Amino acid sequence: MTSSALLTIILTPLLLLALATLLTWVERRLLGLWQDRHGPNRVGPGGMFQAVADGIKILFKQDWIPPFADRDVFILAPAIGMMTALLSFAVIPITMGTGIAGDLNVGLLFILAMMGLGVYAVVLAGWSSNSKFALLGGMRAAAQMISYEVFMGLALLGVVMMAGSFSLHDIVTAQAGLWFIIPQCLGFGVFLLAGIAETHRLPFDLPEGENELGAGFHTEYSGMKFGMFFIAEYAGIVLVSSLVTTLYLGGWRGPLLPPAVWFLLKTGGMVAFFILLRASLPRPRYDQLMALGWKVLLPLSLLNVMATGTILMLRASL
Amino acid sequence: MFNTLRTLLLTALHAFHRRATVQYPEQQPYLPPRYRGRIVLSRDPDGEERCVACNLCAVACPVDCISLQKTETDGRWRPEYFRINFSRCIFCGFCEEACPTYAIQLTPDFEMGEYARPNLVYEKEDLLISGTGKYPDYSFYNVAGIPIPGKERGASERERPPIDLHSLLP
Amino acid sequence: MHALALLAASVTVIGAIMVITRKVAVHAVLYLVVTLLALAALLVMLGASFAAMLEIIIYAGAIMVLFVFVIMMLNLGQPDSAREKEWLRPRAWLGPGILAAIVCAELLYCISPLSGSMPSLASITAHDVGLSLFGRYVLMVELASFLLLAGLVSAFHIGRNRMENR
Repeated sequence: MTSSALLTIILTPLLLLALATLLTWVERRLLGLWQDRHGPNRVGPGGMFQAVADGIKILFKQDWIPPFADRDVFILAPAIGMMTALLSFAVIPITMGTGIAGDLNVGLLFILAMMGLGVYAVVLAGWSSNSKFALLGGMRAAAQMISYEVFMGLALLGVVMMAGSFSLHDIVTAQAGLWFIIPQCLGFGVFLLAGIAETHRLPFDLPEGENELGAGFHTEYSGMKFGMFFIAEYAGIVLVSSLVTTLYLGGWRGPLLPPAVWFLLKTGGMVAFFILLRASLPRPRYDQLMALGWKVLLPLSLLNVMATGTILMLRASL
Repeated sequence: MFNTLRTLLLTALHAFHRRATVQYPEQQPYLPPRYRGRIVLSRDPDGEERCVACNLCAVACPVDCISLQKTETDGRWRPEYFRINFSRCIFCGFCEEACPTYAIQLTPDFEMGEYARPNLVYEKEDLLISGTGKYPDYSFYNVAGIPIPGKERGASERERPPIDLHSLLP
Repeated sequence: MHALALLAASVTVIGAIMVITRKVAVHAVLYLVVTLLALAALLVMLGASFAAMLEIIIYAGAIMVLFVFVIMMLNLGQPDSAREKEWLRPRAWLGPGILAAIVCAELLYCISPLSGSMPSLASITAHDVGLSLFGRYVLMVELASFLLLAGLVSAFHIGRNRMENR
């Protein structure tokens, strides 16, 4: 292992953490913009250091573990959330040669696996808190995330069929002529919805559900453990955005500008779209969420897989 | 589906709307003269305290934050002490309505933050202002029929001199 | 590579032992997840990264979450962990333990000739898995899908609202 690779491994998570922290400020500013107000604009240029101020504050908060909680699991849960969110970035190709794990030949599956493990953070946080709101949040999270993982996987199947590979690098290469968002528009929609549900972002943030469950699965968390859930959520947004970019928007491809800039631009646009969703849409009821998943998204994603397969077969036979 | 997309579009268009926020410390908001802010005790046009220590404000106060004690110097009532605990005050303005002499008035000023709670207890010296407040020409003793040094009985505005019951003149 | 494989294997074994000995059900499930992850690491080292990822996605990511979900719904308390403790007496586990040890010893004896020269493993890609699934093992795949369909139908039958129950 070369020293530069080691440096990448150390630097990337730090950079991601900084990015996720900055994203808290970006989100608040954008929400302010869309709600005709300013958002945090006092600390530093344009309020940019608000995230730093919040970070310092949250670090000095009392880190309290409730006496009724299951201590070990209570501590483990935010760590799992953080770890899976950061590990997923190992296979994201920002440009041709970059990425920690390089060109992993099961890259897409690796990300799905990490998302699958990410469910534990929420579920175990809900269980170990030993309080009813947290438990309700955890149960909602378990059902919601397992269900939407199914549709996410099925939606990705179309992309994998078209690219003929699980490697994210190959998938971007296969989008040389046409971005997959056009032939895979159905899959794109399903993946986007599943991605929101998977990161339990608004409007699908039922595991948190501030106005019904207190704060859902992290009701009992305080201090930096809560901060870790928070940062993991933002890292999740960046992850899903960069996945959408890689899988459907042609990754680093684009004219004139250097590839890394294109990747960052597209990812930034997706992040802004996620925040726009939060700014404008109300939260559905829990049964509506599940009905949407199993009655709409599942048939749609199956249809997508079938249509893609048929077209590919016909094209191959011609 | 279409409705959802329309909602997204409308929200995104709000990026080009004017912001409703007032950037407060730099940009002061307009406060009307009858805004209910910090409470003051005003003075007569001739510089005497208007308050006659009638206790009506203390009675009207729903949170009992006003406390005062009457004293009397040559026929003029005045408060010995007058204390408002602003950490309890809810700025309802009932004291102003109850006041028969326009002494207690609410002003358009709300910047009275303190780091220590006892600092919010305002004494008479803190409350008294040198001016007349919202009613520049009003002086209670000029309209009330109470004799004070320098004003005999019957010398008030719209008051006739007292009738001498022992005189037989018409 | 050898040391890494041994590390992963020992994590697997220790995790499995911890699964049996934990008194709190969720802790046991967590150790089972650790075991599955270590097993996935072993599979990666054997060149079967596709199978490893599927193991994490399906077993660790979905089935174990369902286990935790069910345990959360059951609301196990102090009496349950006391009962678990009761079951962990040597009287209960000695017999199965000896039998399992015999099987393990036999397994170790059988694979010991292989451990000297480890054949260089070709990595198994998703392509290979697909070809063998729909080529050599197509009958097995069909049978498995029949089984899953039967399971689906019966789950639907149990879960549907019956008219007479309304």
